[in-house]
Amino acid sequence: MASESDARTAILSSIRGALRVSAEREPNARETEYAAVSREYKQSSTKSTEELLELFTHRLAEYDSGVMRVAPAQIPDAIAELLRARGRASIAIPEGLPAEWLPAGFQFVQASALDAHQLDKLDGVLTGCTVAIAETGSVVLQNAPSQGPRKLSLVPDYHLCIVFALQIVETVPECFTRLDATSNLPTTFFSGPSATADIEMTRIKGVHGPRFLDVLIVAE
Amino acid sequence: MNAPYGSHWADRSFPEAAKELLADSQVRRNVRHATDVIQAKRNRVVGELPDWEALREAGSAIRAHALEHLDEYLVEFERNCTRAGGTVHWARNAAEANRIILELIQLHEAKEVIKIKTMTSEEIGLNRNLEANGIRPHETDLAELIVQLGHDKPSHFVVPALHKNRQQVREIFQREMHLPELGDKPEDLCAAARTYLREKYLRIKVAVSGANFLVAENGAVCIVESEGNGRMCLTLPDVLISLVGIEKVIPRFRDLEVFLQTLPRSATGERMNPYNSIWTGVHETDGPKEFHVVLLDNGRSPILSDAESRQTLKCIRCAACLNVCPVYHQTGGHAYESVYPGPIGAILTPQLHSMDRGRTLPYASSLCGACYEVCPVKINIPEVLIHLRGKVVEQDQRTLGGKLGVWNIGMQAAGFVMGSAGRFTLAQHMGHLAQKLFVSKSGFIERLPFMLSGWTQTRDLKALPAQSFRDWWAHRELNGSTKNGAAREDRDGQ
Repeated sequence: MASESDARTAILSSIRGALRVSAEREPNARETEYAAVSREYKQSSTKSTEELLELFTHRLAEYDSGVMRVAPAQIPDAIAELLRARGRASIAIPEGLPAEWLPAGFQFVQASALDAHQLDKLDGVLTGCTVAIAETGSVVLQNAPSQGPRKLSLVPDYHLCIVFALQIVETVPECFTRLDATSNLPTTFFSGPSATADIEMTRIKGVHGPRFLDVLIVAE
Repeated sequence: MNAPYGSHWADRSFPEAAKELLADSQVRRNVRHATDVIQAKRNRVVGELPDWEALREAGSAIRAHALEHLDEYLVEFERNCTRAGGTVHWARNAAEANRIILELIQLHEAKEVIKIKTMTSEEIGLNRNLEANGIRPHETDLAELIVQLGHDKPSHFVVPALHKNRQQVREIFQREMHLPELGDKPEDLCAAARTYLREKYLRIKVAVSGANFLVAENGAVCIVESEGNGRMCLTLPDVLISLVGIEKVIPRFRDLEVFLQTLPRSATGERMNPYNSIWTGVHETDGPKEFHVVLLDNGRSPILSDAESRQTLKCIRCAACLNVCPVYHQTGGHAYESVYPGPIGAILTPQLHSMDRGRTLPYASSLCGACYEVCPVKINIPEVLIHLRGKVVEQDQRTLGGKLGVWNIGMQAAGFVMGSAGRFTLAQHMGHLAQKLFVSKSGFIERLPFMLSGWTQTRDLKALPAQSFRDWWAHRELNGSTKNGAAREDRDGQ
């Protein structure tokens, strides 16, 4: 498309003209200036693991998400208990989810290859996560083993997410430090069930994403 | 140079539009309620961060730096997005962007598209252009759906239907979704929207979005939302087209750690909004098979040339300045006759149109400074407002009508009088004599004659006092000269 490359040239030259960029721009100026950006904000945690877990639990509850805390050996029992309480039987699971987590008596479906219509017919989805942020009550999923493609945690109406204590950081900057190495993967942050406040600023839980969310925190 | 305004916004002055809206007590009640609620939430979650000012400082510095090197960062984004399997298009103006998007949709023979809320698409009048070409766009953000089904215009860029209350939303949904029995509880209305849209998510193959941030370093795109409608549109269709203003690029992935703290807290008063999506290009097993980014200039690049108002482009569209603005609070968004209302709209709109449109907007402010105080990227909006007022005056003075206009003559005269102490004292004495005809019993001037009547149309003037401050000061100097003189000498001697 000739006209589009014209547009590209025109926009870039308009920007350079407006910025009065000279041809001999110092090549390292950009890096030096970027490095000089002041980042005096909080970048690391001051909390103990126990305090972190407490804060994370509190934040999740504020979003109206279910929270349960168990030791590693209790994972299957806890999953069974949560699914029964929510009345969910057919559950999508991503590749790489440890088989020993899965309790008997439910239908777990390898779902990475399912399309949206098929996912829509299931009762829920069970995933792990990459990292979680205590201060904001957020969980981060990436397209990685035990988390799967983005549609998995989106289409089913119920999401049960397993978060290990070691995956929880306190602040948003710590979360980005952990994500840096895999920043090219499709990434989703979720903070509570889907919600809106578009009508009279009243927060309503559950619009298009999962309307029901449970987080299972696993700690020794 | 002028961007074609492909939308349904009237070209009328702010006072004209505001007058009409101020008469609508329902809109005023709705706007006041909504902005009060968001503000209270915003203040609470901002107040709990001891490093809030440091986050503002960093956000401001990152955005300013990105704009200083905008050409380099855009090229870097293009290279990395392309490497990740995306396609980058460039559009100088609304017409080019509309053409690119239409051609992409037609290439896939789609008759319908699903859309995530994007003010940029409102800016280019995308929906109307698609409809004119036989393509049906479906808005999926709840507020945008209310606006679309109500054949209305957005009045706020985070909550576009902020001017509607639940009864009004129910009426629209009852009529447009054919649900005569629908209740007016927000839960009922959300459930109706969920059912109405889910079928579309599962069926429609092309989606159109905006974006909150483009990351130069790895070509990533970030979209921040609440409902999950964004995730549906980003994930399920075969083709995704994102229309993004050129100013939205940030240098590195890590910079999101600042904006994902300041944006949600400023925009909706949440510690984090329910969903953020970040992705690069195309992934074989996850999401659309084709991804296009349309980079839109449409009047942005010339704004960079003005060092004083360049900061306008740092905006991350949180709308905190709307919620806090005493003018927006009274009029709501439609009075601005612009896709971008409120204080940021008052500086962005006229500049996007090379000062040819929205020329009254820089005056739609009391310059109280609340917008600057809440801005998460520290845009000094009052400073830019005054700068733009200066431009409007300069523009007016270039025309004969403007030169001979009441305003210009009045201001020139005021400048002449205030330029000399003698002239100013004389004017005070004359004013004191002349005002006798107009001062009411209460000591106020309620109506001035002829050319001056405009000033008293919306305010009463306090009458000039019997003795002016300058008179009083002069007398005081005479009476107490010895004492003051001695004090001055003492100071000088130290």
